[in-house]
Amino acid sequence: MTRSIVAFISGLIFALGLGISGMTQPQNVIGFLDLTNWNPSLLFVMAGAVTIHGLSFFIIRNRPSPLLDTTWHIPKRKDITPKLLIGATIFGIGWGLGGYCPGPGVTAIASGQLGALTFVASMVTGMFVYSYIERNLPLRN
Amino acid sequence: MNELIILPITGGALIGLAATLMLLFNGRITGISGIINDTFVARKNDGHWRLAFIAGLIFGGLILRLISPDIFENTSGRNLIMLTAAGFLVGFGTVMGGGCTSGHGICGTSRLSVRSLIATVTFIIFGVLSVTAIRFLQGGTP
Repeated sequence: MTRSIVAFISGLIFALGLGISGMTQPQNVIGFLDLTNWNPSLLFVMAGAVTIHGLSFFIIRNRPSPLLDTTWHIPKRKDITPKLLIGATIFGIGWGLGGYCPGPGVTAIASGQLGALTFVASMVTGMFVYSYIERNLPLRN
Repeated sequence: MNELIILPITGGALIGLAATLMLLFNGRITGISGIINDTFVARKNDGHWRLAFIAGLIFGGLILRLISPDIFENTSGRNLIMLTAAGFLVGFGTVMGGGCTSGHGICGTSRLSVRSLIATVTFIIFGVLSVTAIRFLQGGTP
């Protein structure tokens, strides 16, 4: 229960951060990816987020465990696999095509806009299709 | 100045704070594509925190909408067919690649994960190529 309350507050703050920084407006994301008419705001969002979380991560990781759990759930993989590269490539193409990544897409559900709702429904469909393929085809890493 | 630098840094700092709370209290990475996939597709059975996070995002969206509907203004000109294809590629690619802008781009980069840094550079490069290709196909219109 308390973990869910923390997660809710984290999601709430995350959404406010996306909205304040202009990342819920696809034209700002597309502008960052458009070298002919460059909009740097996404770079500053990343800089702000990575500065805060980069500092906090290296302080928090000295603790033996999180405050509400007995163990850490942090990815430890280090291998660079074809799946990582192909997946990031496919994501990048879709990101430029729509101007939404998963966080702003889900936050924009609140806008009620057909475009945002369509994006999110299609995104979850894409996740289902990938999982189906992975279960039924022997993909290496 | 404000809209291009100050507000993005402030919003980014809030996103960093959100990821910090998730790590400090729950010991978890704030990877949104993973949270959505584990909730609706993989259906992981370890509590309701993922659903609570998604509810928090949408509740935050509702607060933003009350502050100003302009926060969700979309002047990109991307139509529903493009958004359908975009959503599919984003869902498929983020699960295949194990993360998105939040998981790889912010959390992974923050802990200096080489995997995440490579993924982030890759999706930014292909995002640029995608936007450039669309601009070209649309005959150079913005």
